[in-house]
Amino acid sequence: MSATRGFDRISQAGKVPAPDERTQILVVGGGPAGAAAAIEAAKAGGSVMLVDENPVGVGLMALDTPLYFGGRFTNAVQTQARMVEQILASSPLLEAAFEAGVDVRLGTYVWGAFTPGWGLASLPESLAGLADEERAWMVGFNRLILATGARDVAFAFRGWDQPGVMGARAFEALTSRYDAFSGRRLVILGTGELAIETARAALSRGLLVEAVVDVADAFQGDPSAAAELAAAGVEILLGHVPVSAPSGLEGIEGLTLSDHATGATRTLPCDTIIEAISLTPVIELLDVLGGAIAPAPRLGGHAPVTSDGTATSLPNIFIAGDVAGAPGGASMGEEAAIASGRRAAQAVLASLGHEVRPEVSTVVESDFDALAYQMAWARALMSDPDVVICQCEEVSRAALTEVRPPGYLGPPSPAQAKRDLASLLEDGPANQDQIKRLTRACMGPCQARRCREQVALTLACASNVAPADVPLAGYRAPVRPLPLNVLADWDESPEIARHWDVWMGIPGQWTPYDDIGTEREALSAGILGEGGHA
Amino acid sequence: MSGASVIVIGAGVTGLSSAWWLARSGVDVLVIDKGIVGWEASGRNGGGASHYHSPLFHEEQKLWPQMDELLGYTTEYRRERVIFATTEHHLENYRRMAEICRGLGYRVDDLDPAQVRSFVPLAGDNVTGGIHLRFGGQANPQRTVQAYAWALQDLGGRVFQHTPALRIVTAGGRVSGVETPRGVLGCDHLVVAAGPQAEALLAPIGLRLPLAPARAEMIVTEPAPLMPVGGADGNGLYGRQTLRGNLAYGGGPHEWLDVDALGPRRRPSTPILRNLAKRVAELLPRGAHLRVIRSWAGVVENTPDGRPVLDRIADPGNLTVATMSGVGFGLSPATGHAVRDLVIDGRCSFADLGKLTLARFKDTPADWRERQGWLPTTHEQALAAMAP
Ligand SMILES: Cc1cc2nc3c(=O)[nH]c(=O)nc-3n(C[C@H](O)[C@H](O)[C@H](O)COP(=O)(O)OP(=O)(O)OC[C@H]3O[C@@H](n4cnc5c(N)ncnc54)[C@H](O)[C@@H]3O)c2cc1C
Repeated sequence: MSATRGFDRISQAGKVPAPDERTQILVVGGGPAGAAAAIEAAKAGGSVMLVDENPVGVGLMALDTPLYFGGRFTNAVQTQARMVEQILASSPLLEAAFEAGVDVRLGTYVWGAFTPGWGLASLPESLAGLADEERAWMVGFNRLILATGARDVAFAFRGWDQPGVMGARAFEALTSRYDAFSGRRLVILGTGELAIETARAALSRGLLVEAVVDVADAFQGDPSAAAELAAAGVEILLGHVPVSAPSGLEGIEGLTLSDHATGATRTLPCDTIIEAISLTPVIELLDVLGGAIAPAPRLGGHAPVTSDGTATSLPNIFIAGDVAGAPGGASMGEEAAIASGRRAAQAVLASLGHEVRPEVSTVVESDFDALAYQMAWARALMSDPDVVICQCEEVSRAALTEVRPPGYLGPPSPAQAKRDLASLLEDGPANQDQIKRLTRACMGPCQARRCREQVALTLACASNVAPADVPLAGYRAPVRPLPLNVLADWDESPEIARHWDVWMGIPGQWTPYDDIGTEREALSAGILGEGGHA
Repeated sequence: MSGASVIVIGAGVTGLSSAWWLARSGVDVLVIDKGIVGWEASGRNGGGASHYHSPLFHEEQKLWPQMDELLGYTTEYRRERVIFATTEHHLENYRRMAEICRGLGYRVDDLDPAQVRSFVPLAGDNVTGGIHLRFGGQANPQRTVQAYAWALQDLGGRVFQHTPALRIVTAGGRVSGVETPRGVLGCDHLVVAAGPQAEALLAPIGLRLPLAPARAEMIVTEPAPLMPVGGADGNGLYGRQTLRGNLAYGGGPHEWLDVDALGPRRRPSTPILRNLAKRVAELLPRGAHLRVIRSWAGVVENTPDGRPVLDRIADPGNLTVATMSGVGFGLSPATGHAVRDLVIDGRCSFADLGKLTLARFKDTPADWRERQGWLPTTHEQALAAMAP
């Protein structure tokens, strides 16, 4: 450092406090991939912390966070202690992780992750933000394995906001991990791999599956699966578009479908509609970290850029399991996820200088274009423009494509009324972040978990481009909606408190103009310390 | 490829407002931006519009209440502001600020804690007092950016997005155009309103505009019921309750950056968002249960004295520079007016801008950023500098 170098005490440099805890290897996600990664890493003697948000607090479940639970959980989820036992009982791998010496944290959210780099020179080390229902804290790590899985892509039709419409991944979590699913009689949307697995799981639990439904005219999965489901009494309805779900006090009571060849409608009785159309990788933490992400139509949407299925564009961040890509919009499956987790751990260990013999990669591939399939659903549902697709901010498809300002602003001005998506498209391709800001779609408390993908797909339909050409709307920390008083740093470091300024603490920046260059200048600089609140 | 009579580099609020004002005077104007409108600081700020220290202050106050009507689009402008304290120390500061504003001829009321709570129901028992600015206010930055762009287009002006200015082209001592990937766009006058990138654009034509970019960040909560006054801040924070009800607040430590000609590579928010959350929870304890749903950061350019540059350059004589640092959103209606005046009339009709010229930096040493400690600084460098 040169002798003349000054130091700005108001800046962030030197202020980010040491983390509350440290681990050499942090694994986010306690599914098969994450648990296998943690066990593999711990066996090599590393210090490993495995964090999983399940059991998720009831407040977040009601917001369809992190999965599209659709209000179909029983009261059992209210008792967190019981749920922890249930989750452990349902996952032998988590038990094994405990035994392998992994520091397992359940019911813990990872709401952010930060690594030094461009724009973050002041960060002393890589940090992850954790929280439970009461407080937040920071964990320092050397290596991070994201095993955050995949989540459901939701689609809106009339009634989808009522209890009983949910995602396939959420159904799987509620049935297998939570044992707290309250539905009995199901209709499943989709006929691809994901829908087939969902139907099989439901049948094996003794649930009644009325039908599997597709907007496409052809069954998307293996034809033998169609025969198998039909034999189990499941009706297979192709070329049918969901129109509405009539509902009563307990939520939805049926699903009305329209046969798009004939226009005829019929209503199937059911208490649960499972949207099993496609999964998409949970890339939010990687995006917050600044890792490279690219459209991956065969992997369910946007996926991490990776050379070998475990490395990311950031040297200390790795991926395992479905976050690397949901093949054909379905999960890679438990066995493949475990293998993927082990490989990620081996790559991490190698990067830390351990001698490891990496296993040969067994990447699960699918030639099914999940994004095109999502697009087919989005296009079919475009026929009902008045359906609200952003539940939090109550934005309909039409409001989105008309770039209509939100209702609380009152009726649009005459000039505004002439503006729509087409007028934005004259200036450049549809940009989801820009349209979000104008319509408020995706801006609500569920953090766009229910609408992010369908908004992008709707924009692609309306502007006639491939869905991969709509730029990914950015994810921002906190990636879980946490109360101010939980997220808050109540033990703020004295350095931060002492030098806190409303703005940048530049002397003289707020000096009244007339005082500049006069003897009053010094005086007002003193008065207006701490930013001047302009 | 043909250009326009006036080209503006930068579709932030400064460039767009300037272009809109020029178009209102019948000038053929084209705004070019490297990305989409308002993607940088102009779409990422606090929306505050009460800059009593600026020569443009009176014009700012005059224009904001009319902007929705003038533009034909809503900006979500909400009038007035309550700044309140939870410590005696802050309160003293606010009262002095009130004195300065009164001295400028604006009404400011002193508030006792109960009055603060009546305007700001989410405030708590910890309030020590506050001030009520019967002027100023705040708007929605993202809606305002788009309003400027659309209003400009409604008057026949044009916006080219995804069109970076690569180089300012000069001929015979004057600016003749701007080189872009679409070719050279010709112009009679050029306005540089390129935020942090203005320095790199101007340097090749021999003009030195010393700038240090810094990152500033904000957090936003889920909506709460609307309070009588949305512009309610204090406790080291700036921000507002939006018309939708969300609480959006920023403040606290910034980070110095090196931004190259292509613009910021990232705009990361940081663990400082927890310190913001703490201060919002302290400021508005009755809203402490509200969920934080996003954070964001934006990059702001700073001159060595932290003040704007708003200047029609002497040589080349057909170039105007507008870089607004941390105050550009609120001032934008007035900045655009000033730029319009500078471009068309050569001088600002409503304010003295003599202290905002580029020339004031002619003696600024080359290593000024290093001397001021305004370079990107690692944790280790900071610890070394902080050691006694
Ligand atoms: C967190 C935060 C809070 C803030 N709060 C407030 C507030 O409450 N009140 C207030 O008044 N101000 C506030 N500010 C400051 C305010 O946002 C800025 O002063 C203002 O937006 C500046 O606008 P601008 O148009 O000059 O610059 P910018 O918004 O930076 O716009 C410059 C534009 O130029 C484009 N550009 C750059 N280089 C090129 C090139 N070579 N070719 C083409 N285009 C180019 C960029 O893409 C960009 O769109 C805040 C800023 C931040 C980050």
